[in-house]
Amino acid sequence: MENFINDWGLTVTTFIPLVGVAIMLLIPRAQEELHKRMALATSLLVAVMGVLILTEFDFDATDKLQFAVDHVWIDVINSHYAMGLDGMSLPLVLLTILIVPLCIVYSWNHFPEPQNPKAFLILILVLETGMIGTFMAQDLVLFFVFFEVVLLPMFFMIAVWGGDDRRYASLKFFLYTLFGSALMLVSFLALYFLSGSESFVLSDLIEAVAANEISRTAGLWIFAGMFLGFGIKVPMFPFHTWLPDAHTQAPTVGSVILAAVLLKLGTYGFIRIAIPVLPEAAVEWAPWIGLLAVIGIIYGALGCLAQTDMKRLIAFSSVAHMGFVMLGISTLTDFGINAAIMGMVAHGLITGMLFFIAGSVKERYHTLDIGRLGGLLVQAPRMGWIFGLCVMASLGLPGLAGFWGEFPAILSAYNPGNGLSVVTFRTFMVIAALGTVLAAGYLLWLLQRAAFGTPKEEFADDPAITDVTKHEWISWAPILALIVAIGIYPNLVFRVTDGAVDASLDDCLQVSASELTPEQAEALGCDSIYGLGEMSHHDEHAAETNQ
Amino acid sequence: MTTQLLTLAFERPAIDWHAVAPEITLLAVGCLITLIDIVFLEKARPYTATLAGLGVLATAIPIITLAIDGVDRVLFDGAYVVDDFALFTKAIFLISGYVIILLSTNYVAEGDYWENEYYGLLLASLMGMVMMSSSRDLISIFVALELLSIPAYLMVAWRKRDARSNEAGLKYYLMGVFASAVMLYGMSILFGVSGSTQLSDISSYLVSDASSSLAAVTLAIVFVVAGFAFKVSAAPFHTWAPDVYEGSPTPVTAFLSVASKAAGFVALLQLIYVGFHNQSAVYEPLIWILAAASMTFGNLVALKQTNIVRMMAYSGVAQTGFILAPLAVAGHAGLEDQALSAVLTYLAIYAAMNLGAFAVIITLSRKTGSAEITSFSGAFRYAPAMTVAMAFFLFSLAGIPPLGGWFAKFEVFSVLASSDDVWGYALAVIAAINSVIALYYYASVARRMWADEAPENDLTPVSTTSSLVSALVICATVTLAFGVVPQIVGRFADVTLLTLGG
Repeated sequence: MENFINDWGLTVTTFIPLVGVAIMLLIPRAQEELHKRMALATSLLVAVMGVLILTEFDFDATDKLQFAVDHVWIDVINSHYAMGLDGMSLPLVLLTILIVPLCIVYSWNHFPEPQNPKAFLILILVLETGMIGTFMAQDLVLFFVFFEVVLLPMFFMIAVWGGDDRRYASLKFFLYTLFGSALMLVSFLALYFLSGSESFVLSDLIEAVAANEISRTAGLWIFAGMFLGFGIKVPMFPFHTWLPDAHTQAPTVGSVILAAVLLKLGTYGFIRIAIPVLPEAAVEWAPWIGLLAVIGIIYGALGCLAQTDMKRLIAFSSVAHMGFVMLGISTLTDFGINAAIMGMVAHGLITGMLFFIAGSVKERYHTLDIGRLGGLLVQAPRMGWIFGLCVMASLGLPGLAGFWGEFPAILSAYNPGNGLSVVTFRTFMVIAALGTVLAAGYLLWLLQRAAFGTPKEEFADDPAITDVTKHEWISWAPILALIVAIGIYPNLVFRVTDGAVDASLDDCLQVSASELTPEQAEALGCDSIYGLGEMSHHDEHAAETNQ
Repeated sequence: MTTQLLTLAFERPAIDWHAVAPEITLLAVGCLITLIDIVFLEKARPYTATLAGLGVLATAIPIITLAIDGVDRVLFDGAYVVDDFALFTKAIFLISGYVIILLSTNYVAEGDYWENEYYGLLLASLMGMVMMSSSRDLISIFVALELLSIPAYLMVAWRKRDARSNEAGLKYYLMGVFASAVMLYGMSILFGVSGSTQLSDISSYLVSDASSSLAAVTLAIVFVVAGFAFKVSAAPFHTWAPDVYEGSPTPVTAFLSVASKAAGFVALLQLIYVGFHNQSAVYEPLIWILAAASMTFGNLVALKQTNIVRMMAYSGVAQTGFILAPLAVAGHAGLEDQALSAVLTYLAIYAAMNLGAFAVIITLSRKTGSAEITSFSGAFRYAPAMTVAMAFFLFSLAGIPPLGGWFAKFEVFSVLASSDDVWGYALAVIAAINSVIALYYYASVARRMWADEAPENDLTPVSTTSSLVSALVICATVTLAFGVVPQIVGRFADVTLLTLGG
């Protein structure tokens, strides 16, 4: 068993959904009940695999790639089928594995128009393969393929099962992300050719880039390409405009998966690929990333205050929350990136949950116009309380998961990584802290308008407005439990991520520039990086001219 | 006296029968079909398509034995060569030809068109293509080109009771003859300058005596390349394509957009890699312009199309640009083999996905009776399998993994990115922008088919035939397999052209 998990665990986990899809394709469309059972069974089987992997995972070696497989995949371009799991990817893989079955349970009895559970469930399962694969891939071409596999099901999910404006939203989502990934692919290729790496495997590339230094300009351009590709997916301000449209138009389950997992593909790309491969370029880009992150925090919050649609408001709050994640990443410190991963997990759970609630509200009230809602606590008290809990979690109340995503990210900006300007990042810190106040503002206001008060006249005696149903309980309970559990004991995540984050960062990023003499920097091999060496040469030059 | 002279002059060259076995098989089957028609008349009609299909499959047998044998064979003093390149491209032609016969089967029978002649001509044209793969001499190239073109002129006008089909036939014929003339003129200059029609001789002459005739050589290369740019429908020589594609019977459109285009590329590759081997200064800028113009122009015009066949025509122009792109840097040191394998890979994958798209169009048109994009709305509700298949092919054409098209585009980008040259990088950027533009119209069609309401809410299912379904299954399997295990096509396309003396 142990051997099986070691050699086949990741491959099987990734591709089980496709096996389920193949079986479902053979079942006629009219057998809806069978399709639902089949899809649920498949996703539960993936979850069982996830548990098995978890039991075999060595938590004392989170910095190492575990269960790694590496076979030549496409010989002509030196691309490998390389998969692996470490502390950085494990929480995100588990998040995916958890969310998918819950989504299937949630949609059990209310598939969005135009129904057709077969197609809908098949798309969800294909999506699952793409998402799990992206988090496990250790080869850039393989990563790219999985990254793109995610696009198509999501496109169809929005285009077919979406709201009134679904055509515009689905194409916008598709074109934006494809534009980003085209640039990302060009960056990957440039990286491969300029570094002379022997394959597209990440570890080979990191080695090759470190050995044959890529010129500063080339590094900056390549990083810029990845920045765009991942940044659009996150999405960072100003590439975020596809997100509110996509979220608003997507069916509930689509929004949940989009918020919980898809947005993380972008941030994960930063910490898995962009920063470890090109640490020097990362240092030069970091202030800009930080700047866009804090603009995103403030802009997202202001955007929220202006929304009248509950789903759109939650979508804008995603922009703000992902801003905190990006701020943590932009500090290029162990602490900041750990906070970012925590932020991703927390945002995935909380915002995913908020979208579930928005979907349920929409189903009962047939509107998400905040002005027409009200009195949720009166009409459906349990759902009202759950909503309240999620809002509190989202605004970062200590004791719930959201706090551990936001607070450490802000704190990490106090002491940014080596080579970054302390003043700049402390300014970012202050702005981000202001953002949390705004977040509390728009979230509490939302809660107040939608849940407090008395129900509006038009819905007062509507018998369709019921409290939380059985299917909703089943799909929500695990998420709520995790929000509380991580809130109380954040080490659940930090213990897993810390080792891997530490190992992924370049050694020179780990020491503080202010404590290094040029000689020490040279001994560490950091002199050519971060301008330390140049500075000392410059000083020598100045000294010579003085003489 | 004359007889004596003739007997003296003619000495039968040694013929390697194994090497020409594919051509002979095709010829024999073509003749057989014609003879059967003459002898059995109407009674033979239902069997012609099957016979033609079997004939094409039988032709594949000598190709396989030749490939297993693995020896490069040179015939007729180097005018006709059977090497890995030739075998690979012949295989592409035959497999596409087989799929096109499957697509034609019901179309031609139900439309009450002449059947025996159709398949006879199709096989003749296919034979021209198979010959093109081996031609390494201006004369054999020209003969192969005419052999593949002339039947195609007739097939385009096959819907003889339809004015548009007649118009298409005439247009294709006139433009084709004009392009042939331009190309012949170029070839005559090449012969005049170098004194030989054989590509390898031309190449060595151009190397040894480069300076004396630069202007003439440039003119000749431009003319010859322009002639084939017509065949592959590269902008600005693409103007015939939309009208001809729209007017032709749809299986013939599929034939033109895949097999005929591939034949043009095969000829271009032979000319560039053997004949103009060291003339990269001349052909690279020319191809660069053709590639950039085709991609950009094809995509921008495709955005505005309302007829799916016209859209596929312009998308074909854009795809031509992509296939040409690696050739724009093919003369760079160390890139020759990589560019060749990128073009061949693209041709193979393009054949699968484009034929698949046409297979769906033909099937759905059986119900809608129209090629307007709006008439395909809501197809997901009455033909879900067809719609999923169409999405497969469209997104493969757009280059979305894990469908075959991604690897084709990836290879192109990878050649351009390793060119180490500003022009190569610039073309890569143009190609990247164009992939996004192309996605818009491919995705729009897919979205319409999935998400919109069917016209007049007519949800009667489409009637499929076993041959259409087999064609679809072949194309879909190949498209997906090439995407997931690109190694299959990557290994076969990793060939080198036998450059004699070049």
